[in-house]
Amino acid sequence: MPRINSPLELEKFRKDILAKKDPDKPCIAVCTGTGCLALGAAKVVNAFKEGIKKQGLENRVNVKVDLRETGCPGFCERGPVIVIYPEEICYLQVQPGDVKEIISQTVIAKKVIDRLLFVDPTTGLKSVHESEIPFYKHQMRLLIGNNIRIDPKSIDNYLAVGGYSALAKALSQMNPEQIIELVKDSKLRGRGGAGFPAGRKWEFTRNSPGTTKYVVVNADEGDPGAFMDRALLEGNPHSVLEGLTIGAFAIGAHEGYIYVRQEYPLAVENVTIAIQKAEEYGLLGKNILGSGFDFNIKVHRGAGAFVCGEETALLRSLEGKAGEPKARPPYPAVKGLWDKPTNINNVETWANIPLIVNNGAAFLTSIGTEGSKGTKIFSLVGKVKNTGLVEVPMGITLRNIIYQVGGGIPGGKKFKAVQTGGPSGGCIPEEYLDMQVDFDELAKVGAIMGSGGMIVMDEDTCMVDVAKYFLNFLTDESCGKCTPCREGIRQMLKILTRISEGKGKEGDIELLQNLSETTRDASLCALGGSAPNPVLSTIRYFREEYEAHIKGKKCPAFVCKELISFYIDPDKCTACMICLRKCPVDAITGGKNRIHVIDQEKCTNCGTCFEVCPPRFAAVRRLSGEPVPPSIPEEARTVVRESK
Amino acid sequence: MSNILLQIDGKEVKAREGMTILEAAKSAGISIPTLCHHEKLQPYGACRVCTVEVETGGRTRLLASCVYPVEENLVVRTRSEKVDRTRKMILEEILAHAPDSVDVQKLAEQFGADRDRFEKEPSFCILCGLCVRYCAEIKKKDAIGFVERGPRREISFIPEVASKECWDCKECFPLCPTSALQAAYVLIEALAFPKPASKKPSKRN
Repeated sequence: MPRINSPLELEKFRKDILAKKDPDKPCIAVCTGTGCLALGAAKVVNAFKEGIKKQGLENRVNVKVDLRETGCPGFCERGPVIVIYPEEICYLQVQPGDVKEIISQTVIAKKVIDRLLFVDPTTGLKSVHESEIPFYKHQMRLLIGNNIRIDPKSIDNYLAVGGYSALAKALSQMNPEQIIELVKDSKLRGRGGAGFPAGRKWEFTRNSPGTTKYVVVNADEGDPGAFMDRALLEGNPHSVLEGLTIGAFAIGAHEGYIYVRQEYPLAVENVTIAIQKAEEYGLLGKNILGSGFDFNIKVHRGAGAFVCGEETALLRSLEGKAGEPKARPPYPAVKGLWDKPTNINNVETWANIPLIVNNGAAFLTSIGTEGSKGTKIFSLVGKVKNTGLVEVPMGITLRNIIYQVGGGIPGGKKFKAVQTGGPSGGCIPEEYLDMQVDFDELAKVGAIMGSGGMIVMDEDTCMVDVAKYFLNFLTDESCGKCTPCREGIRQMLKILTRISEGKGKEGDIELLQNLSETTRDASLCALGGSAPNPVLSTIRYFREEYEAHIKGKKCPAFVCKELISFYIDPDKCTACMICLRKCPVDAITGGKNRIHVIDQEKCTNCGTCFEVCPPRFAAVRRLSGEPVPPSIPEEARTVVRESK
Repeated sequence: MSNILLQIDGKEVKAREGMTILEAAKSAGISIPTLCHHEKLQPYGACRVCTVEVETGGRTRLLASCVYPVEENLVVRTRSEKVDRTRKMILEEILAHAPDSVDVQKLAEQFGADRDRFEKEPSFCILCGLCVRYCAEIKKKDAIGFVERGPRREISFIPEVASKECWDCKECFPLCPTSALQAAYVLIEALAFPKPASKKPSKRN
């Protein structure tokens, strides 16, 4: 492949790629993102490879079909996901056994296979096309929409969907100041969490004195359950590279780094291939597109510390030092990597840049709320029917995300809270479901946008336990440098633990609030600054649950093991032996025709008996905050069965 | 270097650009308590005892004065209800580890910190990093460093380096605001040079 030396050559090359493509030739796109791979997508791909070969021979026809391994389109709940072009037929939960039929029926005979389609659980309606599935219909997928259309390992695929046209435009028709003005006008705010205006950050870095400057992609996505950045880097790495290169040109940097988690091997692989390809094509390296602008990108793998998502800690880690935050100012824009002006943005922020350059600032400002423009990718997880990756316009309500896109709460359970913003985010209760999701609104209710984690919780969730879970995570991940974060989190976790164990004391809630205040206000970096959010937001909205734990020694959601017990109602027990057999610690005595009784001394409160007791008997009861009734005497344990 | 005018505790203070709030306060005779600060070492900002309240553009926030550079027209309060409350909490958290440190006790008295507010977990070390930074920045030996993170973070002498460098230096010992350092050194010495029970203790000290 010869280098592309000018924007004109790029357009010609793009035309050639498109001309070579037969629009009627079927293409089977199989998601091979991490989620679908875990669900067996690799086997599906292999089955397709073999099937295409075999079917061609059997039918003595040359089956002309493209097989494309793509990035994540988001519907991880129903993976492996495949889409068949040009009809855009979407099949879900495809197994290798379905492949033969898909080739003969859909690819060759152009018929739709009903059983692989999405069925709406409420209406029973089937959706043939991706865009008709409610999960997708209510999204606005500007950034991840291309994931299913392109093979992330193929730069030609990216070029075919218009890739690198923004870079060509920026380098040939704009000067750095114009690009910065454009990004400022677009009102794009950093997607990593803090929401700082990207254009202003770029301007600071550009205007900082010094000739050597750096640009960095923060792909150290550490929030539990979050995979926005992973999906972008795995599924469309060139869009991030393109954004970064435009940013480097605007800021005046000639070197860029992608700081990506070690735990994302596929993202590392795909982005590394993308860099190589872009270099071969002359879209990276020396004299990009004949513009005279030089820019190189290196991939740096993080070593698994959550705090390295904080920009100053990330930079120290890039320098090869321990990833500990440094006081700001000086900000990285002035003194960053190796003390040079450095601009760090999150993966998603960079991926927005080509869109803005291609479509203008008004394109982005036309979407979203007053203070937050464009779309935001969330990883929607937890107690929601359609878990996966969703991209929605800023300003959409939580209710729409959870119920329209997410399909609501499974198992007929009640919604309790949604936790946004990762481990240091906040829990939002039902009364705020109709609030608009943007940076400022989330902050008002005590949560944060964060990088886009969204965990839905149902009525079976204990809010004290939730706070404890996140504080436990943060305890492990605090770097330990400053006192309020290290000690504050430690003390808060101790208090939460004792509350969940029924050892809470009067005044514990106030102590938690005091500790939270100090940790939030006096910590060195944003990890400590936001660490109390899970505690404060759960106290704010679910104070009565804390009080039930402390005063009533009761866990209303039946989660905290030390506060619950299980009891078999002798009037309902039919001595069916199921719980007795399933009890992992042999704590249930009884037998055939002998009413089962739980030995409270042996019981570990695992809840197995409660889960396995057939609903028609519903003999096992959960108790909390009340004593377990005494066991019925031995002589009364015989089940008297009515004769038929 | 241009001069910067700011206000500390209601007093007009003239500072040089690049100075920290702590330095500016000191030059004006205003004292701010510190634990991890040392004039010979780079500002570190870890203990947060030097937290002050700062007003900029109508916004009030807490900052560590030892690391925050002075800015024109900054309004600084080194004591306020909020500052005192914050320092009190930080000292109480520290006292859980080093209840008998004289330096910490003195500050605790000043800010009304309750020595027994939190359950004791005496590690003695309050992770101020004075020893680590002194060894790295002044002695350039790196014989002592931090290991682990979060609440598991601790200081540790590196035996290979410590055995060569520390025996006739020990300049970090007097810097330690608690007695942790000596203990850590003795411990590492015991681990690095296990002495057979029968032999007399070595004369290294």
